[in-house]
Formats: sequence, C-alpha cells, structure tokens
Amino acid sequence: MFEKILLKNAEKPDAHGIEAYEAAGGYQALAKVLREFSPDGLIQLVKDSNLKGRGGAGFPTGLKWGFVPKDSDKPKYLCCNADESEPGTFKDRVIMEGDPHMMLEGMALASYAIGAEVAYLYIRGEFVLCIERLETALDEAYRKGYLGRDILGSGFNLDIHMHLGAGAYICGEETAMLESIEGRRGEPKLKPPFPAVAGLYECPTVINNVETLACLPHIVNRGVEWFRGIGPEQSPGPKLYCLSGHVQKPGVYELPMGISLRELVDDHAGGARPGRKIKAVIPGGVSAPMIPESGLDVTMDFESLTAIDTMLGSAGVIVLDDGDCIVRAAKNINEFFHEESCGKCTPCREGLDWTGKILHRMEAGEGRQGDLEQLDFLCGSIFGNSFCALGDGAAWALKAAITQFRDEFVQHVEEGRCPFH
Amino acid sequence: MALKNSIEEAAKRYPNPRSAIMPALFLAQKEHGFLSGDLLKEVAGILDVPEIWVYEVSTFYGMFHTEPVGKFHIKICTNLSCQLLEAESMLAHLEKKLAIETGGTTPDGMFTLSSVECLGACEGAPMMQVNDGYYHMNLTTARIDEILDGLRKEAAE
Repeated sequence: MFEKILLKNAEKPDAHGIEAYEAAGGYQALAKVLREFSPDGLIQLVKDSNLKGRGGAGFPTGLKWGFVPKDSDKPKYLCCNADESEPGTFKDRVIMEGDPHMMLEGMALASYAIGAEVAYLYIRGEFVLCIERLETALDEAYRKGYLGRDILGSGFNLDIHMHLGAGAYICGEETAMLESIEGRRGEPKLKPPFPAVAGLYECPTVINNVETLACLPHIVNRGVEWFRGIGPEQSPGPKLYCLSGHVQKPGVYELPMGISLRELVDDHAGGARPGRKIKAVIPGGVSAPMIPESGLDVTMDFESLTAIDTMLGSAGVIVLDDGDCIVRAAKNINEFFHEESCGKCTPCREGLDWTGKILHRMEAGEGRQGDLEQLDFLCGSIFGNSFCALGDGAAWALKAAITQFRDEFVQHVEEGRCPFH
Repeated sequence: MALKNSIEEAAKRYPNPRSAIMPALFLAQKEHGFLSGDLLKEVAGILDVPEIWVYEVSTFYGMFHTEPVGKFHIKICTNLSCQLLEAESMLAHLEKKLAIETGGTTPDGMFTLSSVECLGACEGAPMMQVNDGYYHMNLTTARIDEILDGLRKEAAE
C-alpha cells in the first residue's frame, strides 16, 4: 500500500496545529535549507526532483523559479495560488484545512529560493475553515520564529499576507490573480512579459499552487532520489486525486502520479453505483475533455493524458454513469464557464452565451437541425481566440463531449426530447 | 472610525492603497451588510483612491453585494458534481420552503437564495454555504429543513 505523504497528517483529527506539525517533523526542512542550502542550491534540488506544478499546467517548478532574474534590484514576490475553484477540485482545501503548516513551510522554502521577503497567499474567500486555520497557523509560525525577521537566526526575512478572493474562478489564472492582488478586476493580461520577470507590482513573481508547495518540505527532507522513485519518470511524486460525481466513495485520494484512471475509479473510489455502468470520466476538472469508459486504462500523469487529447489539470475526476445525460452535463459545464468568463475577450464572452443557448434548447427538446454543426463551428471560433485558457478550456471540453458522444446530441435533436429526463 | 482603522490596518499589508480595495470592501460589507454607493465612496475616501477603482472591483466579484441581501444568504452549488447528486432538487426544495425564486429575498428580509458556482467541496455534494459559515455538505431535503429551522431559531433569539 502506498505510504501517504501529503495527507499523512491531514487525515488525523486536530493535526492542524503547530505542535502536531512539529511533532511530525515539521519545519525541519526549512531549518535544514537555511543551514545547508544556498537559494540556487535549493532551486537545483527542486529542478533535480522534477517536481511539476500541481495547479493544472504541470510546469516544472524548479525551472519556473530559475526564470526569476538574479540581477534585478526590484523586490521579488511569491504568490500561493489557493483559489481552488475548478468544478470537481477540492484537494487544496483538504491540505489547508488539515495540514496548513505544510503549505506554509513550502511557501517559506519557495520564498527563500527566489529571494522573496514578502509572499501573498491568495485564497478564495468562501474557504472559511481554511482561512481560520491558516490565520492561526500564521500566528503560530510567527510566534515560533519560522516567519518574520531573521528566521531561525539565518538572516532570512519573510512576511506572508493573506489576500482573500471574492468569488471569481478567473483569478486562479496567474495574471488575473496578480491583477486581483493589485486591487483590480480579475482580467488576465497578455504574456509575455511572464510574471517571473514582471509580475506583481511589475516585480519578479513566482506563482505556485498549494499542493506544489506542500511537496517541497518532503523533497528537502527525503531527497530527490526518493521523490523521483514515486510514479513515472516524467511526472514523479505523490498526487492528490479528487473523486466526485457518480462514484460510490467520493473523496480525496493520495496515490502516486501515473496510477491508472480505472484503478483510481474502480478500486479506490468504489466504482459506479450498484446497477450502473460508468459512461464517461472527466479526468482533471471540467475544463479537461471527458473520456469514454473505454479510455479508462490511461495513466494519470501530465504526459499520458495530454497524449489522448485531455489533461491531468487539477486531477478533479468527475464520474458520469449510464443514467447521466451528456448534453445536460455539457450544458452545466458551459454555464459555469459562461458565468465565470471575465468578459474581456469577445469569443469567450459571446461565444459561450451562444453555445449555452443551443445546449439549453437541445436539452429542453427544442434542438434544431444544424444546431450540432453550429456548436462545432462555435467551439472552433472560441478555441485559441481568447487571452487566457478559460475560453479554450470551455470550448475544448464541449468539443470533446460532442465528439465522444455525438449520438446522444443527435438523439436529443431528432427525438425532440432528452432521453434521460 | 472603526471601519477606517481596520481598513488602514489592512492596507499596511500592501505597497500601495489600491491593493487594499478588496480587503476594505470585505470589511465594509461585514459591517454594513451590503455595499451601497455611499459606502463605496467612503471606502475610496479612506484609501484615497478614485471612486471608480472601488466601484469596478465591487461589481466584478461575486461575493461583493451592491444590493441588500437577506440576513441569511443561502448559496447552493449547482455545478456538475453537485448537479449529478440532485442539487437542482435541493434548490427547488429551498425555493418551495422559502417561497422565493433563486436570486430572490424573502419579504421579511430574512433569507436570500442564490445558486453559486463550485465551492470546492464536491466530495460532499450536494452542498451549500450560509453567509460566511462552514459548509453544509451531503444535503438532503430533511437536512435542509433542519438547517432552515436552526437559522429561524437563531434569528428569533
């Protein structure tokens, strides 16, 4: 059985306080790094670990840190992306509720590596319990000297401030998040310049996801070889998978990267409900294209899922069974993206309104001849024509539903009703 | 004065006052229930930033209310994982029990009902949040009735 790493403490009751964290070896990685590593040495360690960002894009963390210019005299910033909002995703919440110090220690390590003395923790405002736990954890960490001035006598200074999101999925997109911290509407900005060069307040900035940061203390404590020994060579390490929808045992599961989707759904999450068969699975939050049951033998890592035209994304696995209507699911996903579009780019803002109207009438039994072709056309018009990945994700997810389950869409139009409801 | 002090305290976390607009709006909304035009002007005045900067932020983010909301704001998730587990039936039950449509407020100003986007607790679908409270997960119609009764009792006390 796989030894839990990220959830080892989080699953124990009352393990969120600093005493429990210290008793489990907490903040020893920070002490070790401040004693034995230069910032460049820590960047090299994380590069060697091949840790890939757990926020969705899978970008190598050490490489991202390495983009921060060494010769800049501007302040550097670390931002922790805790704006977890993609439907089907709830792994970061579990870390922050259960083991907030693990993430804070990761933030301290990342800040040291890039030379940041101020870090912002951007957390969605609805995560009330996480916010409470993190406020307490921050107080504890300051009191114990793990944050603040001259941390553990090393001369390294770090302040961590929380910035609460206010209900906008788009702020999980890194440039929108920076806009939001700067007190603006969360509208993505064109890249380049990339945040590593000109991010928060036009200063070099690194944005890392909660789960990515939570991996760092373990890499420092147990070493690169240990980390690379978990999961596939290209995407190593432990991974949190979120299972929801029509499975028997929804929840967060910690398993190695690269486990098969079938094993995850059937063996760990208990498979379909009695008397039902799995029809489709969304592997990485609703922007990840759904795959039919026949594709479940794919392994859950960045490369394998990309190879079959979907993505690991946030590892938010949503299961649909043979009682679930794909058109209804596609309509629901489309409504989410339409609501959360920031409105900056016309193809995303107007396109998702249009696709939404078509999906609505199809599901209501009022679909027309030509509607499906119109959806095909609109997906192509939205994809690749907006600033950020929100519109792309919406179009990509819809296109996959139409491609994989075209018969169901046709049936809705031809029969003039939803065959499921 | 209390609002001014707490906003100025929050602004210390940032290198410029514009960054403090969101925390300032949370503080103002907590104190006054919703963000009226006058309150937005007051926040702009405290931070010494143009009023438009405050206004444009207040209208972008879903958690900021520029219109009054009920004493208890019920926010139920209707995204995919919750929808698969009957969130729409839960929403219909809430509409019936409160005798309002989604988006509406009861005539006594007690309850506002909203359907919201994913709150990140899909393992406990269907789920909802009341005001800035802890999540209510694994909802059933009976559980919703219990929660509503509890809120009414709380209001009566």
